[in-house]
Amino acid sequence: MIWEVFRQDRKGQPFEHGGSVEAPDAEFAEAWAREQYGRRGESVALWLVPRGAVHVVDEWADEFDLKYRRVDGYSIKARLKEARERAAAGPR
Amino acid sequence: MNELLLGLADDELIIGWRDSEWTGIAPMLEEDVAFSSIAQNEIGHARAVYELLSDDADALAFDREPSEYLCAPLVQLHLLDWGHTIARRWLYEVADEIRITALMDELPLAAKINREEAYHRMHAEMWRERLADTPQFRAAVDELWPYALGVLPPEQRDALASRVERAEVEAVERGTNDDAFTALHEEMTMVRRSAPAGAQW
Amino acid sequence: MADEQAFLEYVQAGGQVETGDWLPDDYRAKLIKFIEMHGNSELMGVLPEREWILRAPTLQRKLALTAKVQDEVGHSQLIYRVVEDLGKPREQCLADLISGKSKFHNVFHYPTKTWGDIGVIAWLVDAAAIISQKALLKCSYAPYARIMKKICWEESFHILHGRDVILAMVTGTPAQFELVQEALDRWWGPLMQFHGNPIPPEDDPMFQWRIKSQGNEEARQQFLDGYVPQIWELGLTVPDPKLRKRDDGVWEYTEPDWDELKHVVTGHGPRTADRLAFRARFLEQEQWVRDVVLAA
Repeated sequence: MIWEVFRQDRKGQPFEHGGSVEAPDAEFAEAWAREQYGRRGESVALWLVPRGAVHVVDEWADEFDLKYRRVDGYSIKARLKEARERAAAGPR
Repeated sequence: MNELLLGLADDELIIGWRDSEWTGIAPMLEEDVAFSSIAQNEIGHARAVYELLSDDADALAFDREPSEYLCAPLVQLHLLDWGHTIARRWLYEVADEIRITALMDELPLAAKINREEAYHRMHAEMWRERLADTPQFRAAVDELWPYALGVLPPEQRDALASRVERAEVEAVERGTNDDAFTALHEEMTMVRRSAPAGAQW
Repeated sequence: MADEQAFLEYVQAGGQVETGDWLPDDYRAKLIKFIEMHGNSELMGVLPEREWILRAPTLQRKLALTAKVQDEVGHSQLIYRVVEDLGKPREQCLADLISGKSKFHNVFHYPTKTWGDIGVIAWLVDAAAIISQKALLKCSYAPYARIMKKICWEESFHILHGRDVILAMVTGTPAQFELVQEALDRWWGPLMQFHGNPIPPEDDPMFQWRIKSQGNEEARQQFLDGYVPQIWELGLTVPDPKLRKRDDGVWEYTEPDWDELKHVVTGHGPRTADRLAFRARFLEQEQWVRDVVLAA
């Protein structure tokens, strides 16, 4: 069985995928991941997840290109320049 | 007390030395990594105890005559097969727990060692469960049982017997370091002896 | 993106791919072969150093060397997992290694004769390796690039350890200094061959696919630039009278023996056969353990 190993550098940091170990059960996975990802003080915590329990989502439909949902859908620069120029020119 | 501690340190040193030999050739890569940590921990324990007994832990670890080491015959055995190796690990850890917990009141270091040994015990038990029904493991335990008893002083042996659920038999006692141990000591010290005493490495 | 040309442009622009992505057949084949060779090398690299674990002259050196070798086993675990996720199981990799079908790096085919070798290997062989490994941080195949981060981090401990071992000996007795010099004299040839013959990056498919992000000669020059000054400043000599740094910064050296390199990596090194036999012996001996444990 393949176990994905997520490791945390130190408290407060996100858990990051560090690799995987092959182990027959949780007990072996723990014993082995503990040393592979912790022996040099590399991690303060590990999450071990059987590969089969991981659901992968890696495709999205964006047929109509809804730009407002993304940062690049906004062009602030030109209008900000105009607004500043107007404000500098004084009240109307 | 000093003789007891020296025996304990020598046990940890030599079992650590024997176990370190599996680095690179254990049955699976994941276990290779984990097992090597156990070997390193054992040597670390030896060093900590030597440091209680002497200013020069390396001198104590390396520079005695083979006959002056007080390690138990169990740890001296050269066991390059996994069944025997795990049998020894398991028997040794059970014996060591009895020994170490008995020392906790008099020796602050014992508590520290015991905390680290908790992981060794988990590891040994994990493997024992898996291998318990195999002929290789069962034969190995049968063979090593008299040696395991020899790790402990006579008054602690019945505790060991009841924990592993075996009848007490005649123990292979400390005090006879055989040719295999002399060979190990020679290999251990061959680089160190190639420079004058006190040389830096 | 089932278009080899588009894929090529994508990786050459710095793009990375994941396990489930479409990979051109040639890319996948070359990738597996490259990564597998790395895994083999870590695993075989254990053997020359392992002997000396039992002979280390102080407790600290014993622990540091054991930890170094342990790291190398750990690296092979990480690497073979990547290969397995690409479709080649670990057992098959190990079988191909033992049979000689797949290769491992030249340096691990040579004997270690003294404690001086242990210093030289940790200091210089690992240094040569770390240069290649740092370049692999940018590998187009992301799962491999990611494990390289942990590998490089652990290698940095090895170089520190190696340097410390060397410094202790070169400031020790004359005999200890000689141990280092003698080991260096033997290892220099294999070290110069380590990064491979100077095939131009344009002609190197590994570079084209951005599996490697650095040409062989570039890696070698980096090694020389970083480590020859370190060697010389300790009063050690390099057994190459032609070795010098030109005004334009390029290092000149005697052409390495490329025939020797080819001969060695195709399985004819001084210790190749007995090291593979040693591996095979333990793999066979402990097959029953894997059968019992991994059967679940």
